[in-house]
Amino acid sequence: MAATDTAEPSRRDFLYIATAAVGAVGAAATVWPLISQMNPDASVLALALAEVDLAPIAEGQIVTVKWRGKPVFIAHRTKKEIEEARAVPLAQLIDPQSDEARVKKGHEQWLVVVGICTHLGCVPLGHQGSYGGWFCPCHGSEYDTSGRVRRSPAPYNLEVPPYEFASDTLVRIG
Amino acid sequence: MSGHSSYQPQNRLLRWFEARLPVGWLIHSSFVAYPTPRNLNYWWTFGGILSFMLTVQIVTGVVLTMHFTPTATQAFDSVEHIMRDVNYGWLLRYLHANGGSMFFLAVYIHMFRGLYYGSYKEPREVLWILGVIIFFLMMASAFMGYVLPWGQMSFWAATVITNLFSAIPIFGKGITEWLWGGYAVDNPTLQRFFSLHYLLPFMIAGVVVLHVWALHVVGQNNPTGIDVKSDKDTVPFTPYATAKDGFALVCFLILLAWFVFYIPNYLSHPDNYIPANPLQTPPHIVPEWYFLPYYAILRAIPSKLIGVIALFASIAVLAFLPWLDTSKVRSARYRPLFRQFFWIFVICCIGLGYLGSKQPEGLYVIAARILTAYYFLYFLVILPVLGLIERPKAVPASISEAVLPKGGAPVAAGAAAPDRNG
Repeated sequence: MAATDTAEPSRRDFLYIATAAVGAVGAAATVWPLISQMNPDASVLALALAEVDLAPIAEGQIVTVKWRGKPVFIAHRTKKEIEEARAVPLAQLIDPQSDEARVKKGHEQWLVVVGICTHLGCVPLGHQGSYGGWFCPCHGSEYDTSGRVRRSPAPYNLEVPPYEFASDTLVRIG
Repeated sequence: MSGHSSYQPQNRLLRWFEARLPVGWLIHSSFVAYPTPRNLNYWWTFGGILSFMLTVQIVTGVVLTMHFTPTATQAFDSVEHIMRDVNYGWLLRYLHANGGSMFFLAVYIHMFRGLYYGSYKEPREVLWILGVIIFFLMMASAFMGYVLPWGQMSFWAATVITNLFSAIPIFGKGITEWLWGGYAVDNPTLQRFFSLHYLLPFMIAGVVVLHVWALHVVGQNNPTGIDVKSDKDTVPFTPYATAKDGFALVCFLILLAWFVFYIPNYLSHPDNYIPANPLQTPPHIVPEWYFLPYYAILRAIPSKLIGVIALFASIAVLAFLPWLDTSKVRSARYRPLFRQFFWIFVICCIGLGYLGSKQPEGLYVIAARILTAYYFLYFLVILPVLGLIERPKAVPASISEAVLPKGGAPVAAGAAAPDRNG
């Protein structure tokens, strides 16, 4: 800085600080597009909606559809599977959440979850494991018929994506 | 690197050039006249081997790029095209893939040598930290290169490793989607990994220049760990170090050639010859052998976030090593206690590598936890405490006293003398 003995900030100090501040804003504005370009682009965002016809899915069947490049499981649950999921006390769960909160009212037989293990992203296998739901082959996590984690290392339940029923046989994911 | 040239070429044209840009001086003073400690053993040849391997990777990589198509629909097929159609494509790809493995083998030996002989201690802290940075860049480079063939292992390696960042609280999801350029590993991910895989080796080359520069400022360490005190302690780089490095390099290349020509797929996984399928995970996914110890540390810890932190900390802790080791004596030759803990540490690292390849169940998990604990205890407790309680053996007065017979016999006899301290 300027070689003056005065304790008072000089006009030169002000100029230095002002120049540095404008420079910093300019640098940030220049870097931002370089960082932002790595985010999901318009073509990826455009594919963010998937429609699935439920009519051909039989009771007890799980189908896998692709939504946003990820697998989504749509399970047509049997009465027994729904009862099993609802009979579990919440205190026994690793990530407590009721089955009612994970399905749409009036469509309890349909479970829609993102088919990605919440541990490190592997795809779990359906109708396997001790809880009748999913089993992850990578690190042994198990999920029940509501897609809730019952055995670690996965920390969370299978994610429920945003979706709605356009009609009784058509579900719109995203 | 001052400009005053003591190197004077005979040729007039070269002299004219030298006066304007002293390249000859730089090469002569760095690789010909440069004094190296006279007692360097073969563990000191891995720096040269690593420089050579970096060159091999860049040359084969640049050539492979001429035939590779970095898109999710064509990457796998273009790799097969390289293997089947391109002239010598199989050779170039196998050299590049196995060269990566050999690169890691050499760097691990290089690092353990530094650990054993205390090469990270004052005044070589910056030299050591630059090395840790190179190692980190190498790991990033190797990971992204592994993703490019877009086979099943490529895809799921990319998925598992990028998912490590999802452990970060609050920002995790945003960061992973930013890394992927989508909602899952897909074409944008492959394209950016390709771009970075091409960039990083040149960044490594840049840091290597700094690493070698720092080395030439502070001078090489040596098996006794004591400083060079007189000209008697050193020999010129050429012919002594060049010949020794050259011989070691040839031996190392025989090993590389054995892998390339006889067992080119030994170190890879058959599943990577299946095209990537985002809807199906292979039943048993493991990383390449050189990442297995870190993978074992990650899985040894039941919490996802702490596991990821431990994984990164296991590498970052190396950068703090110069200040964690409190002993003033560099070489393990004169540190009887340290030497024992060091070899346990080596076994611990190999053990973690073995456990990283096993399913995380039962006894394997317990063993991985014990070894992970030792890994961190070694750096954070054992090294700081050892320096305070250990009684080192007597250190010789100079390198020449340690390796030359008494009475100043000629060099040839000195080279054959048994190492009294080893």
